[in-house]
Amino acid sequence: MAGENPASTTEYIQHHLQNLVYGLHPENGWSLARSAEEAADMGFWAIHVDSMAWSIGLGLLFCWIFRSAATRATTGVPQGLLNFVELVVEFIDGSVKDSFHGNNKMVAPLALTIFVWIFLMNFMDLLPVDLIPSLLSLAGVHYQKVVPSTDPNITMGMALAVFVLMLYYSIKIKGSGFVAELTMHPFNHWAFIPINLFMETVGLLAKPFSLGLRLFGNMYAGEMIFILIAMMFAAGAGTGLVAGGLNAQLFGEYTNGWFWLIIFTLVVGVCWLNLKGRVSTIKTVLLCMIFMTLGGGVFALGGGLMQWGWAVFHILVITLQAFIFMVLTVVYLSMAHEEH
Amino acid sequence: MNINLTLFGQMVTFAFFVWFCMKYVWPVIIEAMDERQQKIADGLDAAERAMRDLESAQSQVSDRMQIAKQEAAGIIDQANKRAGQIVEEAKQQAIAEGDRLKVAAAAEIDQELNRAKEELRGAVAGLALAGAERILEASVDDAANRALVEQLAAQL
Repeated sequence: MAGENPASTTEYIQHHLQNLVYGLHPENGWSLARSAEEAADMGFWAIHVDSMAWSIGLGLLFCWIFRSAATRATTGVPQGLLNFVELVVEFIDGSVKDSFHGNNKMVAPLALTIFVWIFLMNFMDLLPVDLIPSLLSLAGVHYQKVVPSTDPNITMGMALAVFVLMLYYSIKIKGSGFVAELTMHPFNHWAFIPINLFMETVGLLAKPFSLGLRLFGNMYAGEMIFILIAMMFAAGAGTGLVAGGLNAQLFGEYTNGWFWLIIFTLVVGVCWLNLKGRVSTIKTVLLCMIFMTLGGGVFALGGGLMQWGWAVFHILVITLQAFIFMVLTVVYLSMAHEEH
Repeated sequence: MNINLTLFGQMVTFAFFVWFCMKYVWPVIIEAMDERQQKIADGLDAAERAMRDLESAQSQVSDRMQIAKQEAAGIIDQANKRAGQIVEEAKQQAIAEGDRLKVAAAAEIDQELNRAKEELRGAVAGLALAGAERILEASVDDAANRALVEQLAAQL
């Protein structure tokens, strides 16, 4: 957590935006980067351990959930998980049938993988920004970005994979027609071939870039806003009881994890009691606000409300981004299958 | 933030997950869903067919009932007619039998009457002869008188 002074605020943000990197350092050889400089020195021969681990983990989660549903698939009455999975599958199937008219058995599973996987990766954004990094730093891991889709490597990796598929099917389906498309379009005359080639290549390359960067940009910005809001919790440190709450009184600029854990437990406890029907909803909201104000002052209360608001809005964003990536992939592949 | 090996790592991972989904997830679920859809469609068809069958069976039943009722009414009519006929016949027979009995009785009466007349004639003839014998006392020709008396008896 950062204090109010600009240097540590910047540090806090930068720390949050730094991946855990394993790579070939010019001096240390293959090793984990211990600072942002070391990570930068590694250049291309490095891998973002956190992004890959979360992305693979979430991919496996997707495979596991859908595979276990598939093994339970019956022609009888579907129940529980199977219902949910079939809902998703049917939704994807409908979207694919709407926009893809070729005959390709790969497109629908591809779309399903993209949608669910990207949704899961985006979903990591809704976890409190400091939760997993803090826990892992207790375990000795100092850098951690838990949202794989805020890593351009991840989004561009997927976009490039889609691009490879686009090229493959363009050449496979159209053959020389693909070359003609690149050279004789939009001006159908041999003299315009260089201009056509330039324009069409730009258009072609724009597809994977827009695909990957759109997702990256949205998620990165969303994550950034979560980080900025998270700073509010400690922003009141050292500013007195009203603005900074007990946290500021007891710990000054150096906030204490255990203190926040107590506040967190109180808030969650009240919410739980409300769900059990012991506390009325109005009381719950008031109690939560009182706990947060006591703990972190007005800033923490504001931070909490903003975090909540942004998270609710973000649920829309993460779903929409996953959907857009999927639909555009299907559309691009559909274009690759169509003869002009 | 720099582009590095992660890019290719993600491409490979992506390819693997797509392959997995294509091989082990999508076809299985889609197949199950299609089959279920088929089953439901078949079930609805069967239900409709059963409904139609039921309707036709009901109309058949009411037709049969109609026919049966008509038949029953016909049978009752016939039975009534037949009963009347039987009663009529029995009446006729009874009348004929009565007539026959009457004729027989009359014949018997006639017969009895004749026999009684016969006996009476014999007895009258004897009595008359005995009376005349006593009146005339032995002088009378028996043969001539008998013919005379029998002539008289025949007139009775």
